[in-house]
Amino acid sequence: MQQLLYAAEVSLNGLTTGVLYSLVALGYVLIFKSSGVFNYSQGVMVLFAALTLVGLQRGQVPFAHLWTAMFGTHTYFFGWTLAPAIAVILTLGIMVLLAILVERLILKHLVNQHPIILFMATIGLAYFIEGFGDLLWGSEVKKLDIGLPVGISETVEAWTAEWFGYGFFIDRLDLFAGLVAAVLVGLLTLLLRYSQLGRTLRAVADDHQAALSVGISLRLVWVFVWSAAGFVALVAGIMWGAKSGVQFSLSLIALKALPVLMLGGFTSIRGAIVGGLIIGVGEKLFDFLAGPIIGGATENWFAYVLALAFLMFRPQGLFGEKIIERV
Amino acid sequence: MRADRQDGLPTMKIRDSSAIGETLLSVNNIEVIYNHVILVLKGVSLVVCEGGITALLGGNGAGKTTTLKAISNLLKSERGEVTKGSILYRGQTIQDLSPAELVRRGVIQVMEGRHCFEHLTIEENLLTGAYTRKDTKAEIRNDLELVYGYFPRLKERRRAQAGYTSGGEQQMCAIGRALMSRPETILLDEPSMGLAPQLVEEIFTILRNLNEQEGVSFLLAEQNTNMALQYAHTGYILESGRIVMDGSAKELRENPDIKEFYLGMSESGRKSFRNVRSYRRRKRWLR
Repeated sequence: MQQLLYAAEVSLNGLTTGVLYSLVALGYVLIFKSSGVFNYSQGVMVLFAALTLVGLQRGQVPFAHLWTAMFGTHTYFFGWTLAPAIAVILTLGIMVLLAILVERLILKHLVNQHPIILFMATIGLAYFIEGFGDLLWGSEVKKLDIGLPVGISETVEAWTAEWFGYGFFIDRLDLFAGLVAAVLVGLLTLLLRYSQLGRTLRAVADDHQAALSVGISLRLVWVFVWSAAGFVALVAGIMWGAKSGVQFSLSLIALKALPVLMLGGFTSIRGAIVGGLIIGVGEKLFDFLAGPIIGGATENWFAYVLALAFLMFRPQGLFGEKIIERV
Repeated sequence: MRADRQDGLPTMKIRDSSAIGETLLSVNNIEVIYNHVILVLKGVSLVVCEGGITALLGGNGAGKTTTLKAISNLLKSERGEVTKGSILYRGQTIQDLSPAELVRRGVIQVMEGRHCFEHLTIEENLLTGAYTRKDTKAEIRNDLELVYGYFPRLKERRRAQAGYTSGGEQQMCAIGRALMSRPETILLDEPSMGLAPQLVEEIFTILRNLNEQEGVSFLLAEQNTNMALQYAHTGYILESGRIVMDGSAKELRENPDIKEFYLGMSESGRKSFRNVRSYRRRKRWLR
């Protein structure tokens, strides 16, 4: 019984982590679905969004190290702090600006090129944003605090203690992130499924040339999806940043998003969510059950093994769009 | 070989034919180069008149698709470029307009090979055609019914994913989608491609109805010369990037060269390839 309750607690923790994986995976899905580009830079966008948010909120001087090196100014802070809400809105504005620049400087010139070329371009973009983010805001580890609930949720602990005689330890931030992600996903699904914009996005995803031919402006669509991906990156950045601090390793959660995508399918928002949850719960449970036997540290590879298994039996993922082939 | 052939070639008199109105689109001596090196069109001129069906005929690689894409400006996204000549629509230069702007002005292309949005339903496909319109939902709904009126098969399959429909249905879907933009001129690229003869006939009949009842003008690129000349008013023959012949559909149908080389009919039985070569040598360049 005790073991079972432990397992339940571990799974719950897995679920909340999984939601965060889903959030990152969502960014990939949005761009892939509507432009057929696998955006390698999504993970770095998460980092960049979080860095920018912290920088704006703390009133950091942009390029402070650069100015110091050139002119010896040594001013790193303006000396003000912004309200979290304002900082979030400003950051969102910057992510939209980034989307516009990406379209202007990169995508516009690569219309109708082979997907692999666009993929290579996003690799370049990833390294650029990474370096640019460091230059802009400095590379030290920063604390992100915009007043999100933190700590162990006593309510959950009290409830579960009452019901099962064993108090679950669940982080409040995780609960909150789960809620936010759920709402976000719901909205995005509705938008894509039923709105005219959603239809346009799906049309572009299917056939660039045909979309052009009916008068759809690819450029507008791309700015929109990259902005949306920027927004999702910001949300993911806030949650992960609040959890583990804003630093380079934040961009590595992209590595966790990959198996999520393989599992859930690159083109399905639902898939990103369910995939994230499966991997979140799966890796925690596996570590709990099999970890002691094989010596632990399974969390790093379990997701990939699971994804590989999926690739063998269902290459389009759980909810991915079937490749339509008429015979 | 007939001696009168040189004189027997049709001239441009079709333009004042009573069935068709004033000039909508005129392509003047354009040259198209892909990737800065590959010369595909070497001076193509043609005229599309209001309310007419103009056929652009020719074999594989003659430059039909390129001509249409040069007009609709889809060429730019394929690294092609109009390097010489001009394209006018209602007297205005349209070479620098985006495809979207052209659709707003009433010129839309239906691409070769259908290009439906596979994962969208037929109805969603049709609705994307109305992307550039600012009309109310009711008006668009209305046009949707109009399209279903012309293509009853599409109505039956409205909820099916386009990728799973038959080739004919996809072709109808692509044409219907273009209609949803309320076009004045449709640039239609090989509607007969890969379809059964009966289906081709069905589609061409619908095109004629659209032309007569909705007043849509067509520039129709086709390899199926026989079918196209039955339905078109005027025609141009394109060969290796040049217009080699033009005239009213009737004149072209009766032209001995066309009969022989495009319609496969000959008064003197089967021809050897030597004659094909001699034809090529003596063919007249219009420009």
